[in-house]
Amino acid sequence: MNRQVVKRRHRRDSFMTALSLVMTGIVLFTLGSILFTLIWNGLQAIRPSLFLESTPPPGSEGGLANAIVGSLMMTGLGILIATPVGIFTGTFLAEYGRHNRLAEIVRFVNDILLSPPSIIIGLFVYGIVVIGMGHFSGWAGVIALAVIAVPIIIRTTEDMLSLVPDALREAGAALGTPRWMVITRISYRAAFQGMLTGILLAVARVSGETAPLLFTALNNQFWSTNLNAPLANLPVVIFQFAMSPYDDWRSLAWGGALLITTAVLVLNIAARLTTSKKA
Amino acid sequence: MNNIHDLTETAKPSASNGGIAPDPQHPEKIGVRDLNFFYGEYQALKDINISIPDRRVTAFIGPSGCGKSTLLRTMNRIYNMYPGQRAEGAIMVDGENILAQRDLTDLRSKIGMVFQKPTPFPMSIYENVAFGIRLYEKLGKTELEERVVWALKRVALWNEVKDKLQQPGTGLSGGQQQRLCVARAVAVKPEILLMDEPASALDPISTAKLEELMEELREDYCIVIVTHNMQQAARAADFTAFMYLGELVEFGPSEQIFTTPANERTRDYVTGRFG
Repeated sequence: MNRQVVKRRHRRDSFMTALSLVMTGIVLFTLGSILFTLIWNGLQAIRPSLFLESTPPPGSEGGLANAIVGSLMMTGLGILIATPVGIFTGTFLAEYGRHNRLAEIVRFVNDILLSPPSIIIGLFVYGIVVIGMGHFSGWAGVIALAVIAVPIIIRTTEDMLSLVPDALREAGAALGTPRWMVITRISYRAAFQGMLTGILLAVARVSGETAPLLFTALNNQFWSTNLNAPLANLPVVIFQFAMSPYDDWRSLAWGGALLITTAVLVLNIAARLTTSKKA
Repeated sequence: MNNIHDLTETAKPSASNGGIAPDPQHPEKIGVRDLNFFYGEYQALKDINISIPDRRVTAFIGPSGCGKSTLLRTMNRIYNMYPGQRAEGAIMVDGENILAQRDLTDLRSKIGMVFQKPTPFPMSIYENVAFGIRLYEKLGKTELEERVVWALKRVALWNEVKDKLQQPGTGLSGGQQQRLCVARAVAVKPEILLMDEPASALDPISTAKLEELMEELREDYCIVIVTHNMQQAARAADFTAFMYLGELVEFGPSEQIFTTPANERTRDYVTGRFG
């Protein structure tokens, strides 16, 4: 080959390599500094009282116990509602309704539901549930989080079931297995890790959602586990405390942010581990 | 190409009686009568008539797209999984037209199938074999175990897996996986085994083992195999059917098909002139 051409290709290759390295460096630096700032500020707030005491009035000691519990309750219940809805709908899309018109519409609507800003979901639930009930409540928060989680779980369930080769379904059917058993005993088993990952990612996603909770669960200064009343939660506490003029509130906000980030990180690692175990 | 229709016309008489003399030892197990098959608008099989004997190996050969897999897939009605695919005519198994049969579960307990790529279920080796048995029979633990062991021995896989029955079936080699799939089919005690290019994803040694297995199983089962590999048909099959463009061109004892085919098209194919 022409030596000039070879040289030019080598030059281009090293240029592109350098460019990708620099860009990757920028991304890593950004992520690194976010995490560093978060950990630096957050660690100072981590002490036993953070987990044991409720949110304080300005200028006094306190923790985030009420917000942690509120967040766990709403995320847990939201996912509990969203999981069956998501899995059954995803199953319909991937197994029963592959080529039918209804499935196409559901898939299209679901794709739209995946992407709107979560504040719109918050407004929607506010309009229906909060105004309907006449007050903010933990249940409204649960519903808002479930509405955000459902499309994620539908999507991953459908994708993971679609990865199960048809040959496996045919092999099941060829043995005389009824269709529902092919799905529950073979398809689900083959796609289990991926579907679980989808649920974990949905948990990670909703556990940091702030906007939909602002309109629904609002916040609660005091210890409460009553889902019929406004319920404290980490994202909204962070939102309020971080913008306050009080140092102790801002420190608590950092602590809360560190907690959420750690939880999301752990969930992502768990999701990764469940998928890699199979492969 | 221009006279293919003439060729198939002349082949019809021999195809309609199956091309083989009736043999009391090996009576007809599957009788295909005037079968037409459609993928939506497209007609993939045209007026197929063939009589497949019991306890023998019958091979379908022919170039890609000739309809040999389609024909096989009508015999356990697996095509029913896909809307838009339909069959007309009759396929008689033990005197009953399976195309009219309602209960597919019952039908498929009688007709096992092995696919091109090994399809072990995502569960242990033991569970793979037990899966089908559990569908039809309520066996006690020991009986179930005996049946699983019997099936694994039947396909000559027992010695290779007896120490790892609880490990996933997907961990086996391709050839072992394929024999596991045969064991899974055999375990429910079918009468017919359909094999859709069962060796095409296997290495030569695994292929030889699978052919040996077929040789042994044909004593008890009616085996129908689709293959791309003409040597395989010549080696392993008692009877061979040559298909072309959705029609059955010639059917007869393998020896005859591969040495003195009656049809020019068959001769061209088996001597490697096309396909």
